[in-house]
Amino acid sequence: MVQETPWQQALRNANRANPYPFYEEMRKTPVSRQPDGTYVVSTYRELVELLHDPRVSSDTRKRPGAIPGVDPFEATIITEDPSEHDVDRRRIMRHFGPPERPDMITDMEPEIRLIFTELLDGMKSKTRVDVVDEFAFPGPVTVICKVLGVPLESIPLFHDWIETALDGLDLGPEASDPEQQRRLAAVSARVAEMRQFLADLFDQYRKQPGPGMLSGMGNDDGPEGRLPGGSLVSNAMLMLFAGHETTVNLIAHSVLSLLRHPDQLEKLRRRPELIVPGIEELLRFESSVQFWHTRSALEDIEIAGTTIPAGSTIFVCYGSANRDPLRFAHPDKLDLERPDNQHVGFSQGIHYCFGAPLARLEVQIAVSEFFRRVQNPRLVEDPPPYRHNQIFRGPRHVLVDIDGIRD
Amino acid sequence: MTVPARVAELVRDFKANGRIVIVGASLAGLRAAEALREEGFSGPLTIIGDEPHEPYDRPPLSKQVLKGWVPADHTELPRLRELDAQWRLGVAATGLDRTAKQVLLADGERVPYDRLLIATGTRARQWPNPTEAALAGVYTLRSRDDAARLRQALAAGPSRVLVIGGGFIGCEVASVCRELDIPVTLVERGSAPLVGALGGVIGEIAAQMQRDHGVDLRCEVGVLSLEGDASGHVRRARLSDGTTVEADVVLASLGSIRNVEWLEGSGLAAGFWGVGCDAGGRAFDINGVVTDSVYVAGDVARAPHVLYEYQFLAMEHWDNAVLGAQVAAHNMVSLEPDYRPHLLLPGFWSGQFGVNIKSVGVPPFGDEIVFTQGSAKQRRFAAAYGRRGRIVAAVTFNNGKWLEYYGRMIEQSAAFPPPLPGWDRPDDMKPIAADFPEPGVPTATSDVVLTGHDPNQRTAEFRPRGR
Repeated sequence: MVQETPWQQALRNANRANPYPFYEEMRKTPVSRQPDGTYVVSTYRELVELLHDPRVSSDTRKRPGAIPGVDPFEATIITEDPSEHDVDRRRIMRHFGPPERPDMITDMEPEIRLIFTELLDGMKSKTRVDVVDEFAFPGPVTVICKVLGVPLESIPLFHDWIETALDGLDLGPEASDPEQQRRLAAVSARVAEMRQFLADLFDQYRKQPGPGMLSGMGNDDGPEGRLPGGSLVSNAMLMLFAGHETTVNLIAHSVLSLLRHPDQLEKLRRRPELIVPGIEELLRFESSVQFWHTRSALEDIEIAGTTIPAGSTIFVCYGSANRDPLRFAHPDKLDLERPDNQHVGFSQGIHYCFGAPLARLEVQIAVSEFFRRVQNPRLVEDPPPYRHNQIFRGPRHVLVDIDGIRD
Repeated sequence: MTVPARVAELVRDFKANGRIVIVGASLAGLRAAEALREEGFSGPLTIIGDEPHEPYDRPPLSKQVLKGWVPADHTELPRLRELDAQWRLGVAATGLDRTAKQVLLADGERVPYDRLLIATGTRARQWPNPTEAALAGVYTLRSRDDAARLRQALAAGPSRVLVIGGGFIGCEVASVCRELDIPVTLVERGSAPLVGALGGVIGEIAAQMQRDHGVDLRCEVGVLSLEGDASGHVRRARLSDGTTVEADVVLASLGSIRNVEWLEGSGLAAGFWGVGCDAGGRAFDINGVVTDSVYVAGDVARAPHVLYEYQFLAMEHWDNAVLGAQVAAHNMVSLEPDYRPHLLLPGFWSGQFGVNIKSVGVPPFGDEIVFTQGSAKQRRFAAAYGRRGRIVAAVTFNNGKWLEYYGRMIEQSAAFPPPLPGWDRPDDMKPIAADFPEPGVPTATSDVVLTGHDPNQRTAEFRPRGR
């Protein structure tokens, strides 16, 4: 049997809890060609360079032999290039941030705080909690529903669709396993259901405008017009999904990482203001988006002694770049006060995380409140079980024994 | 004791007991002070500033402050840490005695130092005719007080504003006027606005932007005189093409003058172009010998730049002030081999007529330009400047997120023209002449002459030119 590359090993389900030794191996070849012709970028400098290179496309449809309609992220701002990307991003940003809505996120702070407060109140009589199911998931999903104007009653419905879709997508050597093939078969139906659900919601908002971004986007008469129908639904799907999934994983990972590093947790308890740089470090340490798969080279690109030929798919591995010792001293150490922490946990360049200001605020509140109120939290299982998806890497459950909840 | 141990001992002792004086209490001065404390310097630290205000941020003065979004006195710079410094605000430094190691102040005091940082920056060039400059309604814009006065004048709803000079400040003020729906005339001696900084090709785009927004733009025209009414308020300007402009607010945006007069007689390489220093911020004396105790940072500093044929560059940019100050501060409390160079790639930004303009590198160093991304017509594009087959600068209009790509190419002296982008290509990607004006001949420079007969006593000396 042919020896698997470190990248292929990193993608194996068994290594989900700790892909870092494989990343370390990968970084010996900053830009490495995989057996399937894909190029994987694992080092910080090269990754950042490619994020800013206008010869790199994010549009899967521009790849040679691309089959349209396969990638659920197709026709969204994350898979568009300029100039269309710039126009579409502005069309959406009008309803979320500056210059038109500079206060939207900060104005939500009390509401976000209340959501997490109530979740912690709900743990009061318990001695064991699942940080994912009882805290890290319900918080962000409630927030994103309110931001977008998606009815809270529909959470169980779309949560199931998203989980099924996430489990079905595998980019590693296990993709061809029969069980995984069966999971994959379920994806397109779930995505179609999700699209229909959102299309119906837009229809409803067109008849009767309501609060939230979706209504705003669907009825927008802004200077650059409205997103066309299909792209409206695709982008709504992207925001509903990416707007909570990555936050869930960051909150769960932050609790996990701090419980694994009692010295850092102690420091945070003594100096609560460290939550602000702390969240950046926690995101560097366990990146919610481990890599991204839609980029490709439109021209030959020379980088790190390699030429990526035009037409090649490029995977940028944020999780590895964030642990690159050439950029971060002692990268495997969690240091809430890390100086000059220019991590790529939110990416860089024109595709920089659209929701980063919201994510920061949510996670700062969630993690501060969790450790302020939960008495004597102890990990039950380490490592915890992980979900299948490789890109959106996160624990399925984080069980914690607790002594109670402070007021 | 070994030599390295002795050096370490010296550094430790200096950090504990040395006396440091910073002249200039703006961005560079403040950030240098903070960096000194960050470096572990715990000795007495004095910061001298001629303005009475605590350090404030200048970029908003020509934008948010003039628009009335932010009051001029709400522009204080954020403090990054505790300083424990002696502040001498509202009193100018008037002289430097390098032999006694003292800074002379306007109130007669002498402040002793072991290490000195010069961060006195620049000031606005005044309208050259003092009588006309004294007319009510004639303004310059550099300081917080300037901005407060000009804001008040704009808020009063003038019938027309005349902006003299189409550099960045002039263009930004013209833009604010249009946003406030105030009629504005901009007079520029060159062929187009921004031509000195970005060349004629980009200048032409800037000119079109102004006209589209209703600016009465007049290029290749000078202002001969300003005339006031009986009460001493400016009313009109006479232009070199024989026309007149009626205006009750005039902004003279004629560039800046470096604040070096107080260094006269100090024996430093200080003059029209700034204070010469090495890439580590150590000042040169008049003979071109590097000093050990005097450092320079910010707008007033002028250092050789490795990427630009080691030519001496003054970089009047925000990040140059911050990063240059940090490097100078580090070197002030270090000894060889721990000196660090300030190797910044220059960069600046501006906002005008709804367009974000950003640049990296030194555009006037280039003689060719090529549009590389986007559309000049839509005012969202990137363009690269080249010289002798290598890329030396880039500019973006509403496309700033791509600047980093060009910055890296400049740092690597990559080939010009740069490789084609994969998407959003401009219609025409042929390099053309960047069309910079000939460098102007400075009018107020001194001659430097060598004196002394004995080769060991030869020294340079400034001879001010007759007026």
